Amino acid sequence: MALKPAQKALGPIRRSFAPWLDPAAVPLIRFENVVKRFGDFTAVDDVSIDIHAREFFALLGPSGCGKTTLMRMLAGFEEPTSGRITLAGQDLVGVPPYRRPVNMMFQSYALFPHMSVEQNVAFGLKQDKLPKAEIEARVKEMLRLVKLEPFASRKPHQLSGGQRQRVALARSLAKRPKVLLLDEPLGALDKKLREETQFELMDLQMELGLTFLIVTHDQEEAMTVADRIAVMNHGKLVQVATPGEIYEQPSCRYVAGFIGDINLFEAEVAASAGGLVTLKSDEVGATFSAAGEASPGASVALAVRPEKVRISIDPPPADATNVLKGEVWDIAYLGDWTVFLVKAENSEKIVRVSRANVMRSETQPIAWDDKVHVWFAPDAGVLLTS
Amino acid sequence: MKKGLSSVNIVALTFGFAFLYLPIVLLVIYSFNDSQLVTVWGGFSTRWYVALLHNEQLLEAAWVTVRLGLISATLATVLGTLAAVTLTRMTRFPGRTLFSGMVYAPLVMPEVITGLSLLLLFVAIGLDRGFLTLLLAHVTFSMCFVAVVVQSRLITFDKSLEEAAMDLGCPPFKTFLVVTLPIILPAIVSGWMLAFTLSIDDLVISQFTTGPSATTLPMRIYSSVRLGVKPEINAVCTIMIAIVTIGVIAASVATKRAESERVKAERAAAAGR
Repeated sequence: MALKPAQKALGPIRRSFAPWLDPAAVPLIRFENVVKRFGDFTAVDDVSIDIHAREFFALLGPSGCGKTTLMRMLAGFEEPTSGRITLAGQDLVGVPPYRRPVNMMFQSYALFPHMSVEQNVAFGLKQDKLPKAEIEARVKEMLRLVKLEPFASRKPHQLSGGQRQRVALARSLAKRPKVLLLDEPLGALDKKLREETQFELMDLQMELGLTFLIVTHDQEEAMTVADRIAVMNHGKLVQVATPGEIYEQPSCRYVAGFIGDINLFEAEVAASAGGLVTLKSDEVGATFSAAGEASPGASVALAVRPEKVRISIDPPPADATNVLKGEVWDIAYLGDWTVFLVKAENSEKIVRVSRANVMRSETQPIAWDDKVHVWFAPDAGVLLTS
Repeated sequence: MKKGLSSVNIVALTFGFAFLYLPIVLLVIYSFNDSQLVTVWGGFSTRWYVALLHNEQLLEAAWVTVRLGLISATLATVLGTLAAVTLTRMTRFPGRTLFSGMVYAPLVMPEVITGLSLLLLFVAIGLDRGFLTLLLAHVTFSMCFVAVVVQSRLITFDKSLEEAAMDLGCPPFKTFLVVTLPIILPAIVSGWMLAFTLSIDDLVISQFTTGPSATTLPMRIYSSVRLGVKPEINAVCTIMIAIVTIGVIAASVATKRAESERVKAERAAAAGR
């Protein structure tokens, strides 16, 4: 996608946007101890989240983790069993969906098949009984925004998947809601179109200055579009943080494993001094040193991302830490990256190492069954206690 | 593969079609018979059609039948649609299973029993038998057919369409009128047509529930056949066959046209035009 100059100007705003760090900031949306039960099944279990105005917020988790239910409670299609949901200070519990200042873009798009593109976009505005001229002007504006002007009089079944997605977006934005809810909005698009649309969504959100709440099971999508991500599992909130923090500072084994690939070394704390922890791992029969603090005797997991592990056939430099010997088990060449699966010596542990292919060719390529050394710095890993 | 039809196929087809349509063809041919006797061919004539126009009893019966069909089909469609909506949308209310069973009972109930029980009811509450009782009876038995047709459409209906409408500020009842109803309209129309057909066709239940003031065409035909078949009856039946045939052909042409337009539009959309 070509970058327009206008988008460049948004850079500084994005860079300094972090209202969640400001203790004086008043959140726009507050979920307070929200619980939702369906019979015996607890879909949402005591969730509290604050979402700020103009934030692009993602709810991420596997299917059935309660993220969609949480969003549907904000839209008004479900009522919480207990807890409170407020929007700009107003308690939303008991307010029917048609009186809430939020709009939703549905996973299935839910376009009205008996109405044209224009009528679909105008539907919400007609419910507000706006003057005819204003409705027309707004519909035009929305269709221009999503580049669908030539298709105004078409019916939904006469559009391609990507065009339908745009109609759904235009329809949900037409009423200028305080909050736009997006339920797996790009699930039905192919990979290339999905990536393009992700960037377009971000720009749109910035330009219109709206608050977006997206539900997705695609971690890449969440990382791309969101200012902050809430990771959910089994109805519980696991971690809320920026994409960078989620990736580099996962709070527990679940988040570490759910977002991206990771090596988890189960170990016991042998000593802790001066911000450096010595770990004894029976799993790989090695001793690690890692940055951090922990009480001796505790069992922890050392989580190291594959790209932070180095690999070579030659012995590593003398000052290298956390060195493991092993044998190349498998290689996946991905073009930009190569992923090596290395079986650690004297154990069943497979270490995942990824390396950027900076050069077009190598003098001494690593091949299957090669004896290699892998190592990582003490600050490359994160200590996980839960 | 062999082209064309084998001799076995041809024989089977001939017998099949003959079995289905020979009686009807005979009936149509004999409606143009000049002779008084139904089974003796006396040359071509349209005199029975002319005679029909002067047979006040038959015309009166035809008018009752049409009126009854239109009104009862409309009432049955409203009630049947409401029942279908309730059954698909409200998955939990006290007595739901009972209600669902009761709605479909007339589908499997022998007509004689439905007719007899309705007669007993009308007698018990002292309702004079006539057009009104006939109407109530027809609505009763045809409404369940409408409910079945509409319910099968509602089960496949994407509920997020209604949620989208409400999300955009449309209250529930209006949502039903402007979103749900237009989308399930084809099912409702076919439900209505089914109810109408059942109503103009019914003989048994009508016999039980009518009085001297209202006689339907099937009843009139049946009673006159008992006194001996008159060629006039052939003419009436031919007209009915013609109306039904035209209706069926029109409906299938309309469906085919809509289908081919939909396919064309989808192809155009897929090609990105």
